[in-house]
Amino acid sequence: MGRFLLRRLATNVILVAIAASLAYMLAATTMNPRGAYEGRQPPVAEAVVDATLDEYNLNDKTPVFQRYVTWASGVVAGDFGRTWNGGSVNDEMGRRIGVSLRLLFVGTLVGFVLGVGLGAYSAVRQYRFSDRLIGVSSFVIMAIPVFVLATLLAIATYSLNRGLGFTLIEYTGEYNPKLSGWDQFFNRLNHLILPTISLSLGSIAFYSRIQRNMMLDVLNQDFVRTAMAKGLRRRTALFKHALRTALIPAATYFAFAFGTMLTGATFTEKIFAWHGMGAWLVDSINQNDVNAVAAVSLFASLCVLVASFLSDLLVAALDPRVRVN
Amino acid sequence: MRSKVVLGRLLHNKQARYGCIALILLVALAYIGPFIGAYEWTDKDFRAFLSPPSADHWWGTTTIGQDMYAVTLRGMQKSIVIGLLVALISTALAAVVGAFAGYFGGRIDRLLMWGVDLLLVLPSFLIIAIISPRLKGGSWLWFVVLLAAFAWMITSRVVRSMTLSLREREYVLAAVYMGIPRWKIIFRHILPNLSSLLIIDATLNVSGAVIGEAALSFFGFGIQPPDVSLGTLIAEGARNATGYPWLFAFPAGLLVVLVLSINLIGDGLRDALDPGSNS
Repeated sequence: MGRFLLRRLATNVILVAIAASLAYMLAATTMNPRGAYEGRQPPVAEAVVDATLDEYNLNDKTPVFQRYVTWASGVVAGDFGRTWNGGSVNDEMGRRIGVSLRLLFVGTLVGFVLGVGLGAYSAVRQYRFSDRLIGVSSFVIMAIPVFVLATLLAIATYSLNRGLGFTLIEYTGEYNPKLSGWDQFFNRLNHLILPTISLSLGSIAFYSRIQRNMMLDVLNQDFVRTAMAKGLRRRTALFKHALRTALIPAATYFAFAFGTMLTGATFTEKIFAWHGMGAWLVDSINQNDVNAVAAVSLFASLCVLVASFLSDLLVAALDPRVRVN
Repeated sequence: MRSKVVLGRLLHNKQARYGCIALILLVALAYIGPFIGAYEWTDKDFRAFLSPPSADHWWGTTTIGQDMYAVTLRGMQKSIVIGLLVALISTALAAVVGAFAGYFGGRIDRLLMWGVDLLLVLPSFLIIAIISPRLKGGSWLWFVVLLAAFAWMITSRVVRSMTLSLREREYVLAAVYMGIPRWKIIFRHILPNLSSLLIIDATLNVSGAVIGEAALSFFGFGIQPPDVSLGTLIAEGARNATGYPWLFAFPAGLLVVLVLSINLIGDGLRDALDPGSNS
C-alpha cells in the first residue's frame, strides 16, 4: 500500500512539473508584457524597455526556451521570478496563498461533510418529504453557476444589511484592518461566511447526490441487514457499516470535485473582493504578467495533486481491499 | 424499435417532460422572440438609458440604451449554439480517444491516458483563460474549439473502461476474425454499443458548456464585445445588480432555467436509456 501511494505520488509530481511547464510556455508565448511599457507618455526608449524586460526575464526577444530555462531553474531553487512591474512573485504569493488555502480548506471541508451527511440522511429517509426537498434543491443548486450564486448572495446580504440598518454579515473583503484581538478574529469569521456558502453550496449538492445513490445501494445489501440482525443499534449499523462502505465512491470523486472548487474559488474571491490566488490569476492575465500566471498554474496543479493524493488515502483508509493489494 | 421504447420512457418521466417543455419554450423564445420584440439587439435608444422594465422596453434597457429583451435573447442564442457545438465536439473526442485507448491497449493506451491525466491536473478554466487574450479579435468558433478541447477527459476515461470489456465480446472477436480493420471495428461495433452513454454525456455536456462559456465570458475571457452571450450579460449585470436588478435578473434567470432544463432531460435520458444504473 505504501509503495503504491509512493508511486502515485512520484508520477503525480512529474505530471505537475510538466503541467506547470506547459502553462509557463503557454503564458510566455501568448502574453505580451512589453505592451505595458510601450505607448507610454513620454515614450520609453526601446533599449530601456528591453533592459527592464530582460531583468524580469520577460523579454519576448529572448527565445521562449531560454526564458523557460531561466524560469524553471529559478523555480527549482524556490524563486518564482518577478511580476511585470518588478515586484517579487514570491512575496505576492506568500500574501495570497494563505487567503486561498483558508477559503479552499473551509469550503472543501464544509462541502464534503455536509454533502455526504445530507446525502446519507436523504437515502435513509427515501421518498419522504425531506428526501424530496434535498433532492430537488440539490438539483436546482447544481444548475446555478458560482458567479450567479455569489452575486445573489451579495445582493441578498446587501439588502438584509440595509434593512437592518447595520452590517450583520460582511460581503466584501477579508477582514477589517482597524480591529484587533478577538474582535479581529470574529470579524474574519464573519467575512468568511458568504464566500464559504458560495463555494461549498455546489459541492454540497454534488456530494449529496452521489452519496444518496451509493447509500441506497448499500442499504439493501446483506451485510447491513446482518449488522442489524446481530443486534447492533440502527445508528451504529448505519454509521459503521453502511455509511463507511458508501463513502468510497464519494472519496474517489474528491479529486475531481476539487478542481471544480478551484475554479469556483476564483469567482468567489473576485466577487467578494478577496485577494487570493484565484483573483490574482484573473488580474495577472489582464496585466500580461507571465511569471505570476505560471505561479498560479503551479499552485493550482499542486492543489489538484494534493487532492488526488488525499482521495487515494481516503479510499485506502475506507476500503480494506485497497490496503491488501 | 428501441428508440421508440426509450422515447416512451423519457416522456413518461415527469421531470424529463418538464425539462423538454422548458427547453422547447426557451429555444422558441430565443429564436422566435426577437421577431416579436420592437427593437433589434443592435438598436440603441438614446432616450432611455438604464430604464426599468416598461411597456416600451419589456425587460428594461442597458447603460448604453440597448433593449434588454432583444440583447438577452441574442445572448441566449449564442449560448445555446455554443453549448450544442461544444457538447458535440467534446463527446465525439471523448468517444474516439477513449475507444482507441481501450481497444488498442498497450502503448497507445498509456500515451492517451497519460495525456488525459495531464489535462486533468491543470483546471481547464485556467488554460483557456491564459490562451484567450490571443483570441481577441478572432472568431468565436475558436472559443468553441477551446471549450471542447478541455471538456472531454473524464468521459473518455469512462469510455475506455467500457471498451475494455466490449472488446472481448463475441461479435467484436468475430469481426476481428473476418479481417475487418481495427479502426473500422471501433466505429462499427464499439462506439454504437456505447451510444447510450454517449447520448447522456452529450446532453449533460451541453449544460456544462453553457456554464463554462458563461463563466469565462464573466471575466471577459470568452465572447468579446460587441457580440453578447449570457455570460457577458451576467457580468455586466452583476456589476450593477443592486441598483439595476433587471440587468442581472433576466440573463441569470434564463441561464439557470436553461441549464436546469437540460440537466432534467439528461437525467431523464439516463433513466430511459439505462434503467439499471442509479447514478
